[in-house]
Amino acid sequence: MIHRRSRQATALQYIALLGFIAFLSFPLLWMLSTSFKGPRELVALIPSLIPVSPTLENYGTAFGEQDLVQSASNSLRLSLGNAMLTVLVALPAAYGLARFASILRRLTMGWILVSQIFPLILIIIPLFLILKTLRLLDSLSGLLIVYLVWSLPFTLWMLQTYVKAIPIELEEAASIDGAGRLRILRSIILPLLAPGIVVAALFAFISGWNEFFFALVVLQSQEHFTLPLTLARFIGSEGVVRLGPLAAASLIATLPSLVFFAIIQRHLRSGLLAGGVKG
Amino acid sequence: MTAAVATRGRESIRRIRAGPLFFLLPALVPVVLFSVLPLIEGIYLGFTDAKAGLNVDLAPNFLDNYIRLLSNDLFWQSFQIGIIWAVTTTFLQYVLGLGLSILMEQRLRFLWIVRILALVPWAIPPVIVAIMWRLVYQPDIGLLNQALRGVGIPIGELNWLADFNTAFPAVIVVGAWAGMAQTTVALTAGLKGIPIELHEAAASDGATAWQRFRHITWPQLRPVTDAIVSLNFIWNFNSFGLVYVLTEGGPGAKTMVPALFAYNEGFKYGHFGYAAAMGNVMVLVVLALLYIYLRSGRRGVE
Repeated sequence: MIHRRSRQATALQYIALLGFIAFLSFPLLWMLSTSFKGPRELVALIPSLIPVSPTLENYGTAFGEQDLVQSASNSLRLSLGNAMLTVLVALPAAYGLARFASILRRLTMGWILVSQIFPLILIIIPLFLILKTLRLLDSLSGLLIVYLVWSLPFTLWMLQTYVKAIPIELEEAASIDGAGRLRILRSIILPLLAPGIVVAALFAFISGWNEFFFALVVLQSQEHFTLPLTLARFIGSEGVVRLGPLAAASLIATLPSLVFFAIIQRHLRSGLLAGGVKG
Repeated sequence: MTAAVATRGRESIRRIRAGPLFFLLPALVPVVLFSVLPLIEGIYLGFTDAKAGLNVDLAPNFLDNYIRLLSNDLFWQSFQIGIIWAVTTTFLQYVLGLGLSILMEQRLRFLWIVRILALVPWAIPPVIVAIMWRLVYQPDIGLLNQALRGVGIPIGELNWLADFNTAFPAVIVVGAWAGMAQTTVALTAGLKGIPIELHEAAASDGATAWQRFRHITWPQLRPVTDAIVSLNFIWNFNSFGLVYVLTEGGPGAKTMVPALFAYNEGFKYGHFGYAAAMGNVMVLVVLALLYIYLRSGRRGVE
């Protein structure tokens, strides 16, 4: 009796599992399949999930679109710049935060929370005016400043948890042996922080790569557009045949983020980054 | 002896403490200049008649913006849409996330597939999630209409995202899809934190699966639930990119969430003060709703 009941339960669980797999995967598979369909198959009356005659044509077209290539290059430079600058600025601050400044630590956490609750419109209007005064509107440098201050608090928080994990006794021992402050930072802290620095840099890279709202407000001319902006505009100008290259370009644009998540997924599961990384 | 040496070491580390500002300044200055101060100014702008344009003087107009907002039908409609959007999306994310994370605790085959898939929506940028779903909802060649036609439902060429009746639910489904991953991850961590002994004891007392869920899992999960529901609610209420790319607020402002409304006021029409006022109201609404949610939870526990 109990046995039969649990078999029914198992069957129900498998049905639920199937439902989840379908819901989660179909949109993705559809984009994947669209990206491999030639123009004729795209407009076919009875399209299939698996392309009948898969082609790389769409990828070729996407790489041939001047706007897409230009925006990809903009996005790449911006995200790399953001990764480097953020880590450079956050590194000393994270050390300071972890080792001495307990009030500032609380303030940083507080600011992270506040910056989640307040809608971006409240920050972007004054920022827009500031960038205008600095003549940095519609420029990647202007956007870089915005990205830097926007990814800093969380990067800082993440890095300081890594610093805190390094026992202070190591520094004390080195100091007894006569190592100076710089020497301690360079030869002890920095090497031990390497994994944290990698995660922080990746995080900053991805938040720049995926960002949309600030870019939409700050950038105005196509030549400065980032990839999300160009893709968003691309779909506005629909035309069914254009959907193939669009799907291809979107998939390529997702790759960095997918790689990032594959690398940090263990941290995500442990809940360390939960809350900060929100795509 | 060792203690004395240790003290000396600690002492010299403490000397480093003289210069915390030296370490912190490079990060502090840009964050204060380019996000803390702007936020404060943004809040202030909500009480002025600031407009876009060259050298336009701004003057405080106190509550004028808010009086105008209150008499604007579109404002009320937008907040209604925003609240329905945030509440339903958060609810769906939670229910689906909880179901999925409980399922992943079971002994089933093929769980690895769903473990990977459960993370994927998180890894896809919102703009691309929106593009992906536009391909699904596409009227003639979209997956959804194809599937419905395939099982014999005469759907015609229903344009899900442009139809007055279907646009809003269609957008909510995308919101649930996009936010499920964070929720599932948080709840999975929460489930792992529940001592297995509790379940074993209850099971040996003959508690059914439902009773164990009701009296062990649910109350034990409460803190995680509160945290993730609050965060999801805030993110959903303030979310912009997803809806912007899906519908731009249309058709007929049916999906005009508050963030879109404020963006349009500010950057389409140049009403900076008015848009900032809208932002201020959004903060109040979020805080009020969070307060209600967290209070109702506490009462439920008592």
